[in-house]
Amino acid sequence: MHWNSAAEFFAMGGYALYVWGSFGITAAVMAIEVLLLSRQRARVLRNLRDELRSEGGPT
Amino acid sequence: MTTRAIHWFKFASPQNFYGLAGRLWTWFAALAAALMAVGLWISFFVAPTDAQQGQGYRIIFVHVPASQMSMFIYVVMAFWAGLGLAFNTRLSGMMASALAPTGALFAFLSLITGALWGKPMWGAWWVWDARLTSELILLFLYLGFLALQSSIDDPRRADKAGAVLALVGVVNVPIIYFSVQWWNTLHQGASVSLTRAPSMASTMLWGMLIMVVAFWMYTIAVALVRVRSIILERERHTEWVKHALE
Repeated sequence: MHWNSAAEFFAMGGYALYVWGSFGITAAVMAIEVLLLSRQRARVLRNLRDELRSEGGPT
Repeated sequence: MTTRAIHWFKFASPQNFYGLAGRLWTWFAALAAALMAVGLWISFFVAPTDAQQGQGYRIIFVHVPASQMSMFIYVVMAFWAGLGLAFNTRLSGMMASALAPTGALFAFLSLITGALWGKPMWGAWWVWDARLTSELILLFLYLGFLALQSSIDDPRRADKAGAVLALVGVVNVPIIYFSVQWWNTLHQGASVSLTRAPSMASTMLWGMLIMVVAFWMYTIAVALVRVRSIILERERHTEWVKHALE
């Protein structure tokens, strides 16, 4: 363990902006991708169910 | 032998692969989460401070996996695209389309984390170095692939056009990889190679390798989820999709 305090950990030896920026943007991009994927799936399912209903329903 | 082959070809059908992907992706997602937790712990609490770069070097634990994935995904995407072009299999094109957005994101992350690393160590966010420039071209290739596919309405024709672009662009991957040897670059050479001992502390190396595997698992999970949506959309008029929705 090379950190004596939480403040020292967050300061990253003066590289806080660069280290936390790198990890932060990577985490953010992954989180956004996962969110978009779940929305894409919900949208596809909704559209297909709507289509199916309008095809199979009374005309 | 032949029964084994038949067994595998079964999953070349979108219907069978849809089910398989649905069963597999949660395992890959769980592995990705577990490995990332271990990798992050090593990145911040186990790996020692670097003698030259202090704590700043810790960017390596996201920069290297993201960069490697951006290149690997391109090769895998080009492989599927080529397979689709050669054998006219439907699933291959869908796999290529499912991988492209994730590859583009990793290329973007590679450039961004590289800039965040370059600024404190080189004094510049960006230099027109062979490694950086060829990685930027990789991002443009991904974006070109995505734009080309979305501009063609017929999915089968979009697959073919995208496949040609993907295959031509694959020449850029060895250029990125060997750029640090072929040209005099500001970007450092590989710290890890198959032919000689790695030039870094073993805990740093392990942290990096675990993060690389974690990013692989993440990529497989998201690509499987994305290909499921693509399969549903493209096979919407088939009976099995109608049954699956009921």
